[in-house]
Amino acid sequence: MALDFALSEDQEAIADVFRAFLANECSVETVREAEPLGFAPVLWEKLRSMDATAMAAPAGEGGGEAPLAILAVVAEALGEAVAPTPLVEHWVATTAHPVAALVSGEQIATIAVRPSVDGVWSLVPAGAVAHWVVGVDDRELVAVRSVPPMEGPANHADAPLADRSARDGIDERVVLGPASAHMALLDRWRVLTASALVGIAQRALGIGVDYVMEREQFGRLIGSFQSIQHGLADLPGSIDGARFLAHKAAWAHDEGSTDGRGIVDMDEGVVTEFAPLAAMAFVQAADAAAVATDRVLHYHGGYGFSLEYDIQLYFRRARGWANILGDPARERLRLADLLWGRDEAVA
Amino acid sequence: MDFRLPEEHETLRTEIRALLDRHVDDDVVEESHRTGTNHSAPLARALGEAGILARAMPGAGKDPLAMWLLSSEAEKAGAPFDSVGMSLVIAGVLDAVGTEHQKATALAGLLSGEELVCFGLTEPQGGSDLPAITTRATRVADGWVVSGAKMWTTMAHVADWVFLLARTESDAGRHGGFTVFIIPMDTPGITVDPIWTVSTERSNATFYDDVRVGDEAVVGEVDGGWAVMSLMLGFERGMASTGHLTPLLRRFRQWAVEAGVSADPLLRERMAQIAIDAQVSELLTQRTVWTAATGRPPGTEGSMAKVFATEAYQRHARWAQATAGPEGLLGLGEAGAAADGWIDYDVRHSIPMTLQGGTSEINRNNIAERHLGLPRAR
Repeated sequence: MALDFALSEDQEAIADVFRAFLANECSVETVREAEPLGFAPVLWEKLRSMDATAMAAPAGEGGGEAPLAILAVVAEALGEAVAPTPLVEHWVATTAHPVAALVSGEQIATIAVRPSVDGVWSLVPAGAVAHWVVGVDDRELVAVRSVPPMEGPANHADAPLADRSARDGIDERVVLGPASAHMALLDRWRVLTASALVGIAQRALGIGVDYVMEREQFGRLIGSFQSIQHGLADLPGSIDGARFLAHKAAWAHDEGSTDGRGIVDMDEGVVTEFAPLAAMAFVQAADAAAVATDRVLHYHGGYGFSLEYDIQLYFRRARGWANILGDPARERLRLADLLWGRDEAVA
Repeated sequence: MDFRLPEEHETLRTEIRALLDRHVDDDVVEESHRTGTNHSAPLARALGEAGILARAMPGAGKDPLAMWLLSSEAEKAGAPFDSVGMSLVIAGVLDAVGTEHQKATALAGLLSGEELVCFGLTEPQGGSDLPAITTRATRVADGWVVSGAKMWTTMAHVADWVFLLARTESDAGRHGGFTVFIIPMDTPGITVDPIWTVSTERSNATFYDDVRVGDEAVVGEVDGGWAVMSLMLGFERGMASTGHLTPLLRRFRQWAVEAGVSADPLLRERMAQIAIDAQVSELLTQRTVWTAATGRPPGTEGSMAKVFATEAYQRHARWAQATAGPEGLLGLGEAGAAADGWIDYDVRHSIPMTLQGGTSEINRNNIAERHLGLPRAR
């Protein structure tokens, strides 16, 4: 085994399966019809029928226990299709809480990325549609079952966000471990969300190239103007960088470079530890998706902000899927702690 | 995907680091900064003797990972390595298309680390627009007569050879009628004038006044210079000059700790961003190297790596200087200089990175046309 930037045969195969599936079952009309809730029940049922909901759960619980590197290529395909389905959150939650109804996909699980405040997780991703929420409440990692509200506040990305209680009006509550166990889950979510954001960015770039190759102004294709070419030419490097970081993080995870077993040597620029790579992937992917969707929307001219054109779907999700975690500046500060430790202020 | 270096390359990395440790000390670095000549003869010789130059030479069936490792470790160590880096590119060209005579003379000299070569490509009227060059080589009975002038022939004042692109036929279209020559620098008629630069590097203008060379100086086919140039640019692009963020970050953080500001969130956030950009630069470069190793020409991959890494280097070096305040303005060796003056150096050093080896604009054209499939815009 050695340095290799090609997808493995397994990754290629699974990516092909899901791209073909999403091309058939998750057209842009599906995405639009699922708004404003941001959840397509029929798509979920079809994902169940191909056992996609079981992919991440442990094998001992009937799951596929797929490596993160496999899940990442599927997440990228989901991002390309801006699929209105909480598969990433479900996968992350079911690695920690693989009960039968979740592994089968009969019910949906999600992860609260922020700890509860006064027993309430606010703006939980997929919180509007999930039966189970896995999150930190009262310094413990818990899984809580309650009836999904199937509605939530109107939001930028038409994502199924909702507040969920960790204590009131619940049907079941299971303690999974100490609060610290949440960190590894959240890092998996960071990597898979990064992959989804890479998918958004990649498809947005494709939409942009197609558009500038058909739109004419001043008697020429606008794609022949150098200002537009150079704006687009910035994107593939930043998108590929995000993709490689997500894959490197997944590789580190699957190789067991977690909990300090990997390398963090900033003086030599060597990082093989999972947690900092996951943070890097998330920040880079969020940035790549934000910039790609911004530029491509802009190159559509006035059409770019009309609802009729698809680029706005990508622009809004590039922000909505990333900002769930909070201010990226804080994510960078957390990364600094992972890379250099917490420096004490020097008087 | 797999992000682990092969075991043999980890061994090579260790070997390279040991050589750099032994041959790069403060005096060597100071000397290269004072003279503006990014070259250390003992280091070059040691790399040659260890067989590392031969191993790192680019080319089909060669070991691009070795070349990247050598460049990247030298960049991290702040070693005066530009001279050897340039020579390796030309060694790769000579190995691929050179004559037996050229392999026995110039190539052997370059790989031994004893000899250096400079690039005679850009001219006062033709930089990015290389086909616009006017230096001519005219056929005579016993060879060629070369006349013209070249800009940015960095290392010409210490080089043994010049890798020179000249027009040999006038009506052969934009990319036809060029020939590449490898010419000893001590050939009568060649003169070297220094160009002093803001980057602290000394470059040169070189002048060719009826320089007479034999057929043994022709690299590749007569009038086939464009193919040789494509080979050379492919070796050059995106495999080096992308690793400067790591030493910048190391030195900046060292300064921040010493200055007692390393806990400041304003600095920490930006340092984390530099770390991300350093990783992205490395991954994009490794992808370029991997592409070459799989036998495909890494044209657009190299462009992506170079644009991303060199622009990030400039951006972050300038931020580091502003953040360090007035002490960030002080040069190498000045008392009180932030990071011993390396921050000022990095700002200067990063300036030509987006110019040499293909400007950012040329690289963006390349990505737009050859990766995105957009129409030729010039």
